[in-house]
Amino acid sequence: MSLNVTDLTIARGGLPVLNGLSFALDPGQALILRGPNGSGKTTLLRTIAGLQPALSGTIDAGEDQIAYAAHSDGLKAMLSVTENLQFWADVFGQNDIEPALRAFDLTTLQDRLAGTLSAGQKRRLGLARLLVTGRPVWVLDEPTVSLDTASVALFADAVRVHLGQGGMALIATHIDLGLDEAAILDVTPFAAKPEARFGASDEAFL
Amino acid sequence: MNALLIRDLRLAVRAGGGLGLGLAFFLIVAVLVPFAVGANTDLLSRIAPGVLWIGALLACLLSLDRILALDFEDGTLDLLATAPVPLEAALSIKALAHWITTGLPLVLAAPILGVLMSLPPQGYLWLVVSLLLGTPALSVIGTFGAALTVGIKRGGLLLSLLVLPLYAPTLIFGAEAARRGAAGADVSTPMLLMAGISAGVIALMPFASAAALRINLR
Repeated sequence: MSLNVTDLTIARGGLPVLNGLSFALDPGQALILRGPNGSGKTTLLRTIAGLQPALSGTIDAGEDQIAYAAHSDGLKAMLSVTENLQFWADVFGQNDIEPALRAFDLTTLQDRLAGTLSAGQKRRLGLARLLVTGRPVWVLDEPTVSLDTASVALFADAVRVHLGQGGMALIATHIDLGLDEAAILDVTPFAAKPEARFGASDEAFL
Repeated sequence: MNALLIRDLRLAVRAGGGLGLGLAFFLIVAVLVPFAVGANTDLLSRIAPGVLWIGALLACLLSLDRILALDFEDGTLDLLATAPVPLEAALSIKALAHWITTGLPLVLAAPILGVLMSLPPQGYLWLVVSLLLGTPALSVIGTFGAALTVGIKRGGLLLSLLVLPLYAPTLIFGAEAARRGAAGADVSTPMLLMAGISAGVIALMPFASAAALRINLR
């Protein structure tokens, strides 16, 4: 089980953003994506998660292996912390949400409505969702937004435990997570030239 | 699957969930029409099946954009699309949840509102049966419309325009069945046609909805 990306070209809004990107991720490895705003990190992660098709190239990750966490956490304001997490656990066929609550220090908040949580607490709940998916490949888009340093450390610990269990993590972030073992991939050199089309349809102008 | 249904139902009954929106609208229509038409019992009982059907249909339409728009805004749809549940099944469940919170209350309220509309006594059974068979189609077609317009800000108008023509066959056969029932005539032909439409859209529409949603999530 590993994640292999070969010669990938992806587009956002009909315009190619990244071209010729290849990397491989084996169990226990983490890869940090870096690059300026608009360089295509989110598009790359969405493509790998299967939410949009690639223009060319292959993504080999196996069936149902990827847990994706986007900018928004998919929380329902009118459900409690436990109800939100239990819902995702049920969807992914898992039962025990206690370890996830403990890993992100949410035990004391578990009966609060998600709508009454602070931004950082919501993010912790969104990240706790990853633990209840039971999937080996974490694809995370700016996971540390609105987290304080203590929570970033909690997150880094969770990633480390996940890697230790043979999991993989692909993380787009701008800050230093303290994950010294993680490789870093800067996507800037793979930026597609503006005039290159790669068969993309310019649907934004249609 | 059950988790999604339970979550949707739970959200509907919590504050701001929109349960009762359709029902309140249905009630308003049935209360106001007799005022507007006048206290002419003959006329009222003749138009009752049609007015109740239009009321139910518009009440259904009112809550359609809630099926997916809220889940789209908070990112749930992205996460659901990467979950092990097939999108077709997830959308069928969401349509079912919409029917339970909107269609079913309308079916149950229809006999009571029939009294306000002076519906003839023999019409009650067929009104309820026609709504029971027809409203699931409204929810399933509505989910397709919601999937088509999910990324659009204030897509409610577009949603209504897209969905209304698709609602027409259900309305025509449903109201005709209810009308024939009220007049004491044979209801089998329109009722069977409408049941066929419902069965067909329940079986096929989720695939179209899922395809539309996948494109909108890109």
